Amino acid sequence: MARGRPRDPVAKTILTVSATAARPEGSPQTVRRPTVVIQPTRGWAALDLGELWKYRDLLMILAGRDVKLRYKQTGLGVTWVVMQPLIAALIFTVMFGRFAKLPSDGHPYILFVFAGVAMWNYFAAVLQRAGNSLITDARLITKVYFPRLAMPLASTFSALIDLVVSLGVLGVLMMIYGVAPTWRLLALPAFIALAALTATGVSLWLSALNVRYRDFVHAMPFLIQVWMFASPVVYATTIVPARWRLIYGFNPAVAFIEGTRWAVLGTSSLTSRMVAVATAISLVVFIGGAFFFRRVERGFADSV
Amino acid sequence: MNETAIRVEGISKSYQIARALSRQPYRTLQEEVVALPRTLWKRALGRSEPLETFWALTDVSFEVREGEVVGIIGRNGAGKSTLLKILSRITEPTRGRADIYGRVGALLEVGTGFHPELTGRENIFLSGAILGMRRNEIARRFDEIVSFAEVEQFIDTPTKRYSSGMYTRLAFAVAAHLEPEILLVDEVLAVGDSAFQKKCLGKMEDVAGQGRTVFFVSHNTQAVRQLCGRCILLEHGRVISDAPTDETLAIYNQRLRDMRVDAETGINNPENRRGSGAIRFTGVSVEGTDGEERYGFRMGETIHFRLAWQLNESMRGVAIVIALRSGISREMVTSARHVVTTDHLPAGARGSVVVEFPDVYIRPGEYPLYLHISEAVPTKTNYDVLDDLTPPLVIAPGGRRTNPNFDPSQPLGVFSIPSRMIAEQTVEQLSAVSADSSRARVPASE
Repeated sequence: MARGRPRDPVAKTILTVSATAARPEGSPQTVRRPTVVIQPTRGWAALDLGELWKYRDLLMILAGRDVKLRYKQTGLGVTWVVMQPLIAALIFTVMFGRFAKLPSDGHPYILFVFAGVAMWNYFAAVLQRAGNSLITDARLITKVYFPRLAMPLASTFSALIDLVVSLGVLGVLMMIYGVAPTWRLLALPAFIALAALTATGVSLWLSALNVRYRDFVHAMPFLIQVWMFASPVVYATTIVPARWRLIYGFNPAVAFIEGTRWAVLGTSSLTSRMVAVATAISLVVFIGGAFFFRRVERGFADSV
Repeated sequence: MNETAIRVEGISKSYQIARALSRQPYRTLQEEVVALPRTLWKRALGRSEPLETFWALTDVSFEVREGEVVGIIGRNGAGKSTLLKILSRITEPTRGRADIYGRVGALLEVGTGFHPELTGRENIFLSGAILGMRRNEIARRFDEIVSFAEVEQFIDTPTKRYSSGMYTRLAFAVAAHLEPEILLVDEVLAVGDSAFQKKCLGKMEDVAGQGRTVFFVSHNTQAVRQLCGRCILLEHGRVISDAPTDETLAIYNQRLRDMRVDAETGINNPENRRGSGAIRFTGVSVEGTDGEERYGFRMGETIHFRLAWQLNESMRGVAIVIALRSGISREMVTSARHVVTTDHLPAGARGSVVVEFPDVYIRPGEYPLYLHISEAVPTKTNYDVLDDLTPPLVIAPGGRRTNPNFDPSQPLGVFSIPSRMIAEQTVEQLSAVSADSSRARVPASE
């Protein structure tokens, strides 16, 4: 197939320079570069962070919009942010703590499960919102240009607000149960960052795939459910046989959930090896997702 | 000579279209899994499913200089919108390259990013950011935007409670305060009432007057004539003409005239032709009283519409509607319905009719035609519509029977209805003194 080759940027620059030199008045500005060069991208384009930075205001406004929209016209308003994890934790406490008597590493089960639920809800919320972000805002994609990455990324940030509120609730619960945090609390942001990295990485894949295959809209709830039970949300990692722990640790959710418990409640069966494995896997998923997203991004407007 | 603002070199854009028309643009995983063995087998044999390649744009090149106002015209499907989407980076070209010098603002619709649940204030920030403004930039211009839109009292009300007029005003106000060096506009004028469209046109004239570059895509030839010094005509994705607006529009109208309307014309283009196919126009011709086909008339001339049709299903009678749209707002400005017959007609029946519009006292301008044919008692399906598919009717001033009250220097309104003064002339001279005193007061107040 006869396709135009991408122009050589160096040759282009030389051309512009000579054109400028030929002009008699010779403006003080040396070379006039195009603000934007539009041409077909080929192969695997890298993440354009500079472009994303230019649109950082949009990213934050989109995240803010998500938060505002979710609680518009609700009777309880932002109280829902507190209620959601609390109710889930209560149900789990009754079901798994009282009836099934799952171990909780020696903590009051409600504290144990709330820490897990808070982190898991964050992770699941990002997946859900980001996964559908390109579909729900399809109109935007076909009508205006901005880095498409801003859409799934906005979900990463908007869900953070719920997480922060949940962690506040956890703090209150800890006071009620008389559990004092230790210096390990300083490590909490690192585990939140790991959760954000993992969630963003996975949602880059999901959101991009969703544009092409609408099946993912339907598959997502199951994916999230299965993933939850494959993660130590309602049970402790200790119930997993020791020889399977490393493989179990391939699930990055294990590291950020158990890591949060370690940082907040103090004890956990988390090993530094598991954290390392999880971080590595998250990075691979994230970088792969970013490349994949950029690869399919160019067709979004045509297929959404 | 001004510097280049946009340089487009050999831009082409193709879309892959599956052979079967029923195929959706996206596939479900299930479909792909089911089709997988076949696809693999075919690929192994080197016979992959042939996709039809549709070229929306073919080798388009041009250059726009700073401060130029360039129009892009062409029929639906000519590639205008695709070109605009490429220049605004919504979609990528398949081949070619475009260099853009300066900040681009693209207005492809009014109210991009508006969310009905959010308040006016929130939407201003959201829409502004989506259009490429920084937050502090929006904050700086916030008051200006609000007062331009005249929605001060409702700025903290969700926009879903706005009237559609308020909504459109606010949406346009945000876009109007975007200060790009290059403005790309697509048919924004096709929405809203005519007052709003005038405001849009006025704003674009302002932008152009400030020496910024405007790239205006439209099939509204009258708006293009008003705004653009230069005009590019696209047809089937190719540049047919790139010349001063008058020249390009002359070519455009000539090409429209050369195209004969028949039962098939524009049938795949719902914007121009609608209907089930139970009844079809088979020929349309606009003529003067001498029977010569033309679309240009002078005010006060008589116009004949010769329409031919064919039935593909049996029907109870036939009725036609001939309507004129405004060349600027595209609103219908007048319409006439004629029942041709109320007899029961079998499938395959053909016929033709000539409708005369005597003494057309319509103001000079372009009037796209809307032609409708249906069963005498209209049904939902048994009709055929030609909407702006023929060349527009062009009315020029100065016919032999021009209305004497027509003032060509004030092109207001649509019709030029004959009028005369019947009361006695009553001019009272008592204002002489007060006029002097008011004139005396003016310099005093300076």
